[in-house]
Amino acid sequence: MSSNEDRQRAASTRTGWALSAPALLLLAFAASGPLLIVLVYSFLTPGDYGNVVWKFSLDGWRGILFSRDIFDGTLQLADAHLTIFWRSVKLSLLTTAITFAVGFPTAWFIATRPPTSRALWLFLITIPFWTNLLIRTVAINEVIRNEGIINTLLIWAGLITEPIRIIYTDTAVLIGMTYVYLPLMVLPLFAAIDRFDMKLLEAGYDLYASRWQVLRRVILPIVKPGIVAGSILVFVPSLGAYVTPRVLGGGKNMMIGNFIELQFGAGRNWPLGAALSMTLLIIVTIALLFYVRAANRGAPHG
Amino acid sequence: MAERAFSATRLPGFATIAIVVFLVLYVPIFTLVIFSFNDANSVAVWGGFSLRWYQIAWENDAVKAAAVRSLIIATCAALIATTVATMAALGTTRRAAFKGQTLIYVIINQPLMVPEIVTAVALLIFFGFIKVATGYQGLGYLIAAHSAFCVPFAYLPIRARLEGMDLSLETAAADLYATPWQTFRKVTLPLLLPGIIAGAMLAFVISLDDVVITEFVKSGGQDTLPTYMLGQIRRAVTPDVNAISTALLVLTVILLTAFFLLTRKRD
Amino acid sequence: MNKDVAVEVRNAVKAFGQGDSTLRALDNVSVDIRKGEFFTLLGPSGCGKTTLLRLIAGFETPTSGEILLDGKDITQDPPNRRPVNTVFQSYALFPHLTVAQNIGFGLEMQGRPTAEVAAVTAKMLALVQMGAMAHRKTSQLSGGQQQRVALARALAPQPKVLLLDEPLSALDLKLRKEMQIELKRLQLETGITFIFVTHDQEEALTMSDRIGVMSAGKIQQIGTPRDIYTKPVNRFVASFIGETNFLSGTIDAGGVRLASGDVVEAGGIEGHAGKVTIAVRPEQVRLTRAGEPGALPATIASWVYFGTDTHCHLTLSDGTEVVARLQSQASGDTELEKGKAVALRFAPGAVQVLGD
Repeated sequence: MSSNEDRQRAASTRTGWALSAPALLLLAFAASGPLLIVLVYSFLTPGDYGNVVWKFSLDGWRGILFSRDIFDGTLQLADAHLTIFWRSVKLSLLTTAITFAVGFPTAWFIATRPPTSRALWLFLITIPFWTNLLIRTVAINEVIRNEGIINTLLIWAGLITEPIRIIYTDTAVLIGMTYVYLPLMVLPLFAAIDRFDMKLLEAGYDLYASRWQVLRRVILPIVKPGIVAGSILVFVPSLGAYVTPRVLGGGKNMMIGNFIELQFGAGRNWPLGAALSMTLLIIVTIALLFYVRAANRGAPHG
Repeated sequence: MAERAFSATRLPGFATIAIVVFLVLYVPIFTLVIFSFNDANSVAVWGGFSLRWYQIAWENDAVKAAAVRSLIIATCAALIATTVATMAALGTTRRAAFKGQTLIYVIINQPLMVPEIVTAVALLIFFGFIKVATGYQGLGYLIAAHSAFCVPFAYLPIRARLEGMDLSLETAAADLYATPWQTFRKVTLPLLLPGIIAGAMLAFVISLDDVVITEFVKSGGQDTLPTYMLGQIRRAVTPDVNAISTALLVLTVILLTAFFLLTRKRD
Repeated sequence: MNKDVAVEVRNAVKAFGQGDSTLRALDNVSVDIRKGEFFTLLGPSGCGKTTLLRLIAGFETPTSGEILLDGKDITQDPPNRRPVNTVFQSYALFPHLTVAQNIGFGLEMQGRPTAEVAAVTAKMLALVQMGAMAHRKTSQLSGGQQQRVALARALAPQPKVLLLDEPLSALDLKLRKEMQIELKRLQLETGITFIFVTHDQEEALTMSDRIGVMSAGKIQQIGTPRDIYTKPVNRFVASFIGETNFLSGTIDAGGVRLASGDVVEAGGIEGHAGKVTIAVRPEQVRLTRAGEPGALPATIASWVYFGTDTHCHLTLSDGTEVVARLQSQASGDTELEKGKAVALRFAPGAVQVLGD
C-alpha cells in the first residue's frame, strides 16, 4: 500500500472514531461505565442503612451461596438463595424449550406463506414484541388470575367449582415469560428458515425421506444457527427477568432479578446485590460467546 | 392415499400450532383492550360499554403527570439517541474496517447484551453518587439513561439503510463539484432520512415502554406511565390500568405501523 | 398394458389460478415413455416441460389425468413413495452433508443396512469419478463436480426412472459437451429410463432416443431426432428445431404449386387440400444456373460467410425470401454476386407439408 493510501486509511479511521465518539461517550457514561462501579461495589461492605462502607470484603461474593450464621459467624449454604437460582435457571430453560417447541412451527408457518402475506404475518408476530412488557404481563394476569378468563370460563362451563390458583406460582411466571419472550424465539428462527433452500425439501422427499425424516435430517441441521440465536435471545432475558416474576410471582417466587432488587431495597446488602449482578453478567456473556461461536461456525465457507 | 395435493413445504400440525400461537398471543391483549371499555369493575363480568376508566385515568393527576413525563423523556431520548446513532452509523459503515471497530459495536450494542437489571443497578449506584455530590434531582438522569439504551435501537435501522444505499450517488455528487459537507447535506442525508425517522420512532417506543431501568433510576415522585402502572399493580389491578395500557398500546401500534411502512423494501 | 412402457401420462392437465386468470401449464398431455430409453422433453421456457417432469416426480398433483408407472397408477402417491429420482436444475445438494453422505441419503432413508449404503456409495463415487472428494462438503465443489454428485445421488437408489431437469444449463460450453457424452454413457450403462428436460434443441438432438417437443402446455410432436428434424408436423416444431424456410402454396397435380407458378414435390401431402405451408431446411436448397428447367428462378439478395458454410439469402420471383446453406467451395464463392439471377432446387424428399 502506498503512503497515499496509508494516509487516506488513517484519515478514514480518525473520522470513524470521531463520528462514533458521542455515542461512545454517552454509553460509557450511562450504560457501560457504571458497570465497573458495580464490580467495585461487590468487594465492599454493606452499610447499616443501605449503600456501602468503603471497606474491602469478600462477603458480597460469599453471600451468593452462603449465609453467615448471626450467632457463631460460620458460613452455611444458603438454601433460600439456591432455591432462587434453581428457580431462575429452571424457568429460563423451560421457557426456552417451550418457546422453541411452539415457536418453530410458527416461524415455519410464516416463512412458507406466499410473499404477499408474509410481511403481514411478520408484522403480526412483531407487534406483541414491541408492546410494553408491563402491558403484556398485565394481560396475562387478566387471563390467569382467580377472576381471570381461564377460571371464569372453566367455572361457567361447569368443569370446576372453585377457581384454580395459577397466579403467584412458578407456573404463572413460566406462562408469563413464555408469552413475553415468544417473539424473540420466532424472529431469528424465521430469519434462518427464510434463508433455507426449499428445494432441499423436494430433494429429501425425492430420496424417500418421510416428513419426520426431512425435519430431523434436512431442516433442523441447516437452521441450527437460528435455533441457537433464538435460544440465546430467550434464555438471556429470562434469566435476568424482573417485571414478569414480580407481577405474576408475587413476592414469594423470586428470580435472580427480584433477588438483586431486594438487596438494594429491604435487604440492604448492596455488595451482595452487586456480586449477584456481576454473576448474572458473567453467565450472560458466556452464553453470548457460545452464540457467536455457533453463528460463525454456521457461516458458509468460500 | 393423500386427499390433498402434495406440498413440499407443509409439515403436519405446524399450521395449526402457528394459528393457535397467534391467537394465544393476541387474546390477552384483546381482553385488555375490551375490558378497558367495560363499565363493570371486574374482568369477569361485562357491564356494558363505557369510557369511564379512560375518564378516571384522564382526571387522575398522577397519571397525567406520569404521561407527560414519559412523553418528555421519550422525545428527548429519541432525539439524542438518533443524532448520536446517526453519527456513529456514518462512522462505522462504508469505510475500510479499522482496529477497534468491534469494540465500538460492543459498546453501542451493550444495552442489547446486558440484562436490564444489571444496568439498572449500575445506574442506581452511579447516579446516586452524582445526586449526592451535586444535589441535582431532575429528569436529567432518566433522559441520559434512556438515551443510552435507545442508541442501539436507533443505530441498527440507520446502519441498515446506510449499507443499502447506492454509493455511486455520492460519487456523482463529488463529480459535480460538491464538497463533502454539501454531499452529505444534499444527497446522503435526504436518502438516509427514512432510516433516521424509523430509528427515532423505534427509540421513542423503546423509551416509552421501559420499566426496569426507569424504576431504579428515578427519584421519588418521578413516575413514568409504566412505573406508575407497576406501582398500581402491586396494590390491585383496577380497570384504569387497562385504560392506560390500551392508550399506550394504540400509540405503539401506530408508531410501529409507520416504522414498518418506512422500512419496507420497495420492489 | 404395454410391458415396454415405463411411464404413461394420460390426459394430464395442470391448471393454476381460477376463473378468468386460469393458466393451463399442461393442457391435456398424453405420452408413453418406453423402458430403457433416453427421452427428452424439449421446448421453450413456459411450455410446460418442467411441470410435466414434476408431475411424474410427484412434486405436483395434476388437476386431472393420470400418471402410471409400470402400469400402476401413481398419480396420488407422494414423491417419497415413487421409485423415481430427480436431478434438480440447481442440484439441491444438502449443504450440511458430505459428498458421500449426500449420495447415500436415499438409501439411508429407505432403511438399508449401513454396509449396503457404504458399498453402493463407493460404487456410485467410482461411476461419476468423484471418489477423491467423498468427504468434502458440497459447498466446496465446482459446478461440474456438484452436478456429478447430484447425478450419483439420484442413481444410487436404483430408481425405475431418472428425471433430469435442465441439469446442464449452469455449465459452460465445454463442460456441457463433456457431460452430454457422460450422461449418454451412463444411461446406456445403467439401462435406466432417463427423462431429460431441456430448451436446447442441439442437446436434445444429440442425446435422445426420442424427443417430445412441447409448446404452450401441449405436446406438439413425439419422434426420433431424425423424424423431428426432417418431418416436422407443424410450424412450431419446424422453426424451433434448426432453421427452416416456409413457403405458401396450393395442392395441385400431386405437388404443391407455389406463388411463383412452379410446382414442387412435397412429402406429407395426404390429408391436405387447398392452401398449405411447406417447409424446407436451408441445407436442402441447391443453387444452380438460372434458367435450368424444373428449378425455381431466384435472385441473390445477400450472403453471410461462416467458414464451414455460407448462408445465402435469396428472393423468389414473387418476393418470398429463402435461405440456402451452401458448403463453401474450395474455389471460393466467385459465383455469388448481389442481384445475380440463379435457380433453386430442393433436395428430393426434403420438402414437408406442415400441419397448420
